Amino acid sequence: VTGILSAVTFLPVVGAGLILLLPRRAEGFVRATALTTTLLTFAVSVPLFMRFDASLSAYQFAEQRAWMPTLGVSYHLGVDGISLLLVLLTTFLMPLVLLSSWHSIERRWKEFAITMLLLETGMLGVFVSLDLFLFYVFWEAMLIPMYLIIGIWGGPDRVFAAVKFVLYTLAGSLLMLVAILALYFLHGTATGGYTFDLPVLARYVLPAGRAQNLMFLAFALAFAIKVPMWPFHTWLPDAHTEAPTPGSVILAGVLLKMGTYGFLRFCLPLFPQATMAFAPWMFALAVIGIIYGAWVSTVQADMKRLVAYSSVSHLGFVVLGLFTLNPQGMIGAIIQMVNHGLSTGALFLIVGMLYERRHTRLIADYGGLWKVVPALSVLFLIVTFSSIGLPGLNGFVGEFLILVGAFQVNRPAAVLATTGIIFAAVYLLWMYQRVIFGDVTHEENRRIPDLSPREWVILVPVLVFIVWIGVYPATFTGKTEASVHALITQVQTKAAATAPR
Amino acid sequence: MSETITLPVVSLRAIAPAAILATTGFVLMLLDLLPPRHRRERMAFVGLAGVAAALVATVLLWGSGASGFQGMVVLDNLALFITLAIGYATGLVLLLSIDYLQRRGIESGEFYILVLFAATGMVIMAGANDLIVVFLGLETMSLALYVLAGIFRTRIEAGEASMKYFLLGAFSSGFFLYGIALIYGATGSTRLDRIGAAVAAGAARDPLLLIGFGLLLVGFGFKISAVPFHMWTADVYEGAPTSVTALIATGSKAAAFAALVRVLLEAVRPLQGEWAWLFWGLAVASMTLGNVVAIAQQNLKRMLAYSSIAHVGYMLVGIVAGGALGNGAVLFYLLVYTFTTAGAFGVLLLLERGGEEAAQLGDTAGLAARHPLVAVALAVFLLSLVGIPPTAGFVGKFYLFGAAVRAGYIWLAVIGVLNSAAAAYYYLRVIVSMYMRESDGTPTVAAPSFAGALALIVALWGVIQLGIMPAPVFDLAQSAVLPLLR
Repeated sequence: VTGILSAVTFLPVVGAGLILLLPRRAEGFVRATALTTTLLTFAVSVPLFMRFDASLSAYQFAEQRAWMPTLGVSYHLGVDGISLLLVLLTTFLMPLVLLSSWHSIERRWKEFAITMLLLETGMLGVFVSLDLFLFYVFWEAMLIPMYLIIGIWGGPDRVFAAVKFVLYTLAGSLLMLVAILALYFLHGTATGGYTFDLPVLARYVLPAGRAQNLMFLAFALAFAIKVPMWPFHTWLPDAHTEAPTPGSVILAGVLLKMGTYGFLRFCLPLFPQATMAFAPWMFALAVIGIIYGAWVSTVQADMKRLVAYSSVSHLGFVVLGLFTLNPQGMIGAIIQMVNHGLSTGALFLIVGMLYERRHTRLIADYGGLWKVVPALSVLFLIVTFSSIGLPGLNGFVGEFLILVGAFQVNRPAAVLATTGIIFAAVYLLWMYQRVIFGDVTHEENRRIPDLSPREWVILVPVLVFIVWIGVYPATFTGKTEASVHALITQVQTKAAATAPR
Repeated sequence: MSETITLPVVSLRAIAPAAILATTGFVLMLLDLLPPRHRRERMAFVGLAGVAAALVATVLLWGSGASGFQGMVVLDNLALFITLAIGYATGLVLLLSIDYLQRRGIESGEFYILVLFAATGMVIMAGANDLIVVFLGLETMSLALYVLAGIFRTRIEAGEASMKYFLLGAFSSGFFLYGIALIYGATGSTRLDRIGAAVAAGAARDPLLLIGFGLLLVGFGFKISAVPFHMWTADVYEGAPTSVTALIATGSKAAAFAALVRVLLEAVRPLQGEWAWLFWGLAVASMTLGNVVAIAQQNLKRMLAYSSIAHVGYMLVGIVAGGALGNGAVLFYLLVYTFTTAGAFGVLLLLERGGEEAAQLGDTAGLAARHPLVAVALAVFLLSLVGIPPTAGFVGKFYLFGAAVRAGYIWLAVIGVLNSAAAAYYYLRVIVSMYMRESDGTPTVAAPSFAGALALIVALWGVIQLGIMPAPVFDLAQSAVLPLLR
């Protein structure tokens, strides 16, 4: 079925257009339209998973149409085992996120719904684009909705956080634009075919050396800022803390994955030698990020900031995994991207639910919630365990695979990274203990209500997948294996072909 | 050297768009004398009809390559492409001015006449193949703009703007003329193709030619407001009526760039290796200074003035890169910049508070809540100035920096993109103000009339259309400069 990827990508825009036509007063209709659109998008994206042929490493459901033929820009979409899960993660999280905004977004729902839907199209476009120009268009265009979500619906310091987010990301990605152009012209002069088409460019064997290294660094900077890797992470705690709950969930759940996805999709196949040359450095930054993120998380007083720094730590694992360049590490990294989207997304959702009840995110303002809101506490516990990486839940699968992969390549890095899991247990369980266990220390906390039906509907689907991936990850890893093996082969053959003689 | 003076063959085809605009201007002068009320609208609509006719003529003449007056005027595709940009700019300015002038209480018919004469001068510059004709167009345009800049007689800033623009403009015209004289002395001609032939034949090392060329560049640098010839820009942009500012920012720059491209490609292309570095410096200085100073501005018209200096820097990147790609990118960017900037000023001129112009950053606070559509329009224009896809500004910069990378000026492209990132800060600040802050005190009013709304819709259409489907227009731009590169 061709056209299914276009449908998935642009359905949210259609929904946004419909909402634009609705009057502001008809807020019920606005909400219903937004939710229906995201559910429909998810429904249309499920067949992608069902019909995806896991035995093939090639791009599937591909579409290609001429866009700017004289420049070699085409509208080229496709998914493989690497992007498939991220597309589904996006379409899966969106309806839940909208449901979570039901009460937490109090003003300008119409604008909010339009912005969220445009954001969804931007994110999906990043994952399905197979043309560097098209990819860059989505990559940049997606900044603006996120900027507005933080800046309009965020907390007290929202403007600062929003501008910082945009400027950081823009600086990195504009350098990537120069590298894209350089690659385009290098490939064009070398082969005579000027194109931005990723599969074509990925076949081109770039000579090893300074040019390749610089281009790798330009791409890597853009992605490292997005991930964010230490030391480019400072925008993240601000953005997360100030963003409204739906913004945080999408930021953690999907946006950060664009960075790691970018490494996999672009840096590895396009610049194989530079990838190998810089892998030790990436390991170093990843390990620093894992440990630093964990340590800083431990001392946070604000739950949202704590979860934000934990993202720095968790995504360090992902980067570690994908630069191992072996199947275990890379499959682990891909599944860990999904895991982090689910677990951290759920953590932000729960923190948001607590915030809606008490209008504070400070750990010290809670305590003894187990007796007051048992259902919420249980779900919170499961999500916490999943984030720590308890066996039987999703986090374990990803981290275990990554560490197995890392041990084969770089033992010191793997050993140091393993401590990150221990620290994760420390900061998450300590937070959980202070918030949930003990006596009720604040009178206001005695009266807070337990989960509403809407909140059950938000959390249960996430928990289903947290358990599913933990118990039977093969459903998902199976889809990625062929693509990962093909990518590794591609990197190795290209690196061998360009090896200096 | 004795030539008999032959009367030039008058070739109306070669000057058709300019002639249509000039004739419309004369018709308006007559109409201005007729008494009935509401003549302002009537004059604006006649002017618009003239602009539309000029645009139609431009499209019909595409590819015809007419030339006339012994080769002093050419109507090649470069001239026609720029004429399109000038036509759009003039049309938008006329639409925007109708109720702007009424609200400001400036009921002068001369306004529309002068706008059309300015446009005539611009179009003449775009098609000038002779330095004297360039100067003719330049002065026709400039004199009209000097008056327009000061047409709000009662505002002190208007007097300052007009005076400053006139004095510095006259000064730069002097440089320009002196340059022409020296070049004539070195090569024996003012016709660009003959200068080119002389340069190729060995006049390139003549100091007279180099000095003359340098002086010419000062004149051009002034008109396009490149650093270090930008001193007038902020004051004039701020003091002039906002719709006139839009015309100065778009049309006059397009015309000057057209003449500059033609001079560089036809007359002194053998020296490209040398002047490319000169423009490299001008580009870096303009981008950097424009963006850095724009950050400090609180008045939006001044901010856009410095931003326009930065954008000239981006366009000079295309000039440095050269070739069909670089120069085509410059033409494309001029069109993009016309829609974007005319649109942005078109929104700014709506803002007023208590009958006074309200162009401070704080005046936009909370605009999104009160006038959502106006705010969206301004946001789109600003995002296009930042260069965020899918707006035209992104594609324009993509072509410019692409050309620079292609030509091997990687560092110039890097400086350019870093500048774009820094520039995002001050453009986004306006969006922050509109969307994320509440208005303090009396809110500003911003209700466009039908004509004003039409202008904004046309500009929005241009920004989105060129952002999503740039290929056909960019191919036209490239094909327009190709003949000059042979």
